[in-house]
Amino acid sequence: MNAFAALLSKLEQVRSTRRKLALLRAYFTAAPSGDAAWALHLLTGRRPRRVVSGPELRRWLGEATGLPAEVIEATYAHVGDLAETVALVLGSEKTAHAPAQEGLQSLLEDLIEPLRGAPAPVRQATISALWARYPRQTRLWLNKLLTGGLRVGVGEGLTLRALGEAFGLDPDVLQHRWMTPSPPSAAAFRALVDPQGATLSWAAPYPFCLAQGLKSEALPEDPEALLAEWKWDGVRCQLVRREGQTALWSRGRERLEDRFPELLESAQALDDGTVLDGELLVWEGDHPGSFADLARRLQRKRATPALLRSLPCRFLAYDLLELDGIDLRARPLSTRRARLEALLANAVGTLHLSPALHATSWPALRTLRQGARAQGAEGLMLKRRSAPYAQGRKSDCWWKWKLDPETVDAILLYAQPGHGRRANLYTDFTFAVWDGANLVPLAKAYSGLDEPTLERLDRWIRKNTTERFGPVRAVTPTLVFELAFDSAHAAPRRKAGLALRFPRIHRWREDLAAEDADQLALVKARVLPHG
Amino acid sequence: METPLLTLTDRGLYCPPGDFYIDPWRRVERAVITHGHGDHARSGMGHYWTATPGVPLLRKRLGGYSPVEGLAYGEPRAFGPVTVSLHPAGHILGSAQVRVAYGGEVWVVTGDFKREADPTCAPFESVPCDVLITEATFAYPVYQWPDPSQVIREIYDWWQACAAEGRAALLYTYALGKAQRILAGLADYSTTPVWLHGAMEGLTQIYRDAGVCMIPTTPVSAQARSDAGAGRLILAPPSAAGSKWAKRFRGAETGFASGWMQIRGTRRRKGYDVGFVLSDHADWPGLIRTIEDSGARRVLATHGYTDALLAYLKDRGIDAAALATPYGEEEA
Repeated sequence: MNAFAALLSKLEQVRSTRRKLALLRAYFTAAPSGDAAWALHLLTGRRPRRVVSGPELRRWLGEATGLPAEVIEATYAHVGDLAETVALVLGSEKTAHAPAQEGLQSLLEDLIEPLRGAPAPVRQATISALWARYPRQTRLWLNKLLTGGLRVGVGEGLTLRALGEAFGLDPDVLQHRWMTPSPPSAAAFRALVDPQGATLSWAAPYPFCLAQGLKSEALPEDPEALLAEWKWDGVRCQLVRREGQTALWSRGRERLEDRFPELLESAQALDDGTVLDGELLVWEGDHPGSFADLARRLQRKRATPALLRSLPCRFLAYDLLELDGIDLRARPLSTRRARLEALLANAVGTLHLSPALHATSWPALRTLRQGARAQGAEGLMLKRRSAPYAQGRKSDCWWKWKLDPETVDAILLYAQPGHGRRANLYTDFTFAVWDGANLVPLAKAYSGLDEPTLERLDRWIRKNTTERFGPVRAVTPTLVFELAFDSAHAAPRRKAGLALRFPRIHRWREDLAAEDADQLALVKARVLPHG
Repeated sequence: METPLLTLTDRGLYCPPGDFYIDPWRRVERAVITHGHGDHARSGMGHYWTATPGVPLLRKRLGGYSPVEGLAYGEPRAFGPVTVSLHPAGHILGSAQVRVAYGGEVWVVTGDFKREADPTCAPFESVPCDVLITEATFAYPVYQWPDPSQVIREIYDWWQACAAEGRAALLYTYALGKAQRILAGLADYSTTPVWLHGAMEGLTQIYRDAGVCMIPTTPVSAQARSDAGAGRLILAPPSAAGSKWAKRFRGAETGFASGWMQIRGTRRRKGYDVGFVLSDHADWPGLIRTIEDSGARRVLATHGYTDALLAYLKDRGIDAAALATPYGEEEA
């Protein structure tokens, strides 16, 4: 665990990609396979669920140090990160600790996993013993694992790149193997990095081709060379049909087919050796439903008949990656599209073709894009007809061209400290709009401000706090911010009655006073889809 | 009993029976100064008293003709009916705690202090008192300093690692006290001259004149303008970070030596490549130990972050309150 903790601390300190890669390579090369398997699991963003709550951790810290609860609360408020507060308050390495022998795997599987569901005294005893055994740096990351709060600032892409480099693997091959997840184990790790090659399961999907954002001032090429499609606001999926079975994969490598029996049923009509790339959407009549509705389907591991009736789903295919068991990814999009259109000329149950849009000039594309919202889409996708199906975002094959966001002027109501780099800085905000003379919370947002502005705002928040609820501060409602968001939908259980999709802070409207912020009724009239 | 021996006024901490101020921030006639940092030693006072080893630093800050009188550590000085003496605080060269005795009652003002070893100044001395006015810069239990000799070793290793990559190691640190403490610590490791920012040259010379043994230093201004300092350790005040001055050290790694570097959020946000946890202030155990050693029945805390300390002392049955002073606004 000490080696993994040292890696995480160092990764946090270096900024250049080159150095991060070097650190990751060195770790993967040196670590035993079982530890490396877990490290890969954690570094790529999968977190074990927590085995201890925040209040428990604070109470046990009090009991371990004899410090009054008030002191611990004040200290936590100062640091803004509970795992770190506990790791530091427990004392420096000056207090000698016994040598800690557990590797990451043994710690997680033998010591932490059995704590799940164990009574509090058992968990406290084990965790206190772990605290005493490890130095401060390790304690910090250990606490993050225990509370389920581990976040690492290296993405999946960088981690896999380092892994490929460490074991001399072709990145495309590694990506392809990686797409089929397996629980972390020494054997699975060795299979993943085996230079001889591994046998993939029938369900194995391909790495997704990802789109780049299109800056309207840098349009890529002749529109005739591009295929335009609607950019749907659903879940990107691959539908794999092989050996008489069907798998539906999300981009996050999750199997979804059990949640969507209507797709499973339709997929039976496909021949073995067929892989479709497309979008999963709730479909109401001739229109896509909202993302919020789709989220309700996703939440249910098994859909109830009532839910299947009220929120029917559809798969809109826009690419064909495999047909008759032959990998088509190297063929140009025009060829793949022609075969896809032949395959789905008539819809196969819930499997439909995502329509190709016709425009021969940029002005015509712009006009099309303006009509996206009426189609229930977020904008346009533009794809180079001559391009192969590339892996990842590196290629200039696909572009997304979203609609300009909606905006609302809202008042800062609550603030909460951030995490990691932004722990002990107030960065997570709740904003409100007017409902008559009252303020109703509308959205939470935590990105969009630069560092100096955040620091200035942080000082303002500390001086203008009216109430504190744990780490959350209520502030005098006077500051106005322009929030941007992609779309809105009705949300009857929220106070405001609507929810925003991807809210973010556009700018601090220092020129506006609180009374200039938006009225809820007007916001609703402006942004909610009609009908 | 009714009028306290020391009281906070808009000019500073005032002793009515002795008619003098301690570290005043506005013009007064008589000022007892704990140490030479800008937030404690301000210009324009009628007369200054400070610990003898601190006199040259105070003169440098105030100008050569300032009316500064040195007091040896422990030497009693009468201010009317009040007896004042200065005692080592271990913060920087010449730093002192102020002991104020009157009518059988003793108050002590710690000024800034630390308990860790520091080869550049006399070590902290515990002074028993009835009322203790303590600094509380790092008054949270997350602040527990690592062994300073270990931190010096980390700084040296970092310098060598940068040198191995052909880079300059640009270390930002407070110009008075911290810089010299690092230079003194590095004397055990190397005799390669360290480059100094202009703001540190005169102060470092004062330390050398006081007999503090340090690694050799040479001013940045004496180097060829084209020299980007590859392989060098360069010390500069934090105010130089991001300045035109710093730009010439192309490819330099930057570091910051401060107690605030204990917290990840601060460390990452300040934007330096590395943080070294090295402070000239007391950490939490140092504050608690000092308060307990003093035997004070009442504790007043200055420097802002006092909520955790007050809660802790009240829990221990010690009468405690905060004093709002503008100290600590300059130091990082």
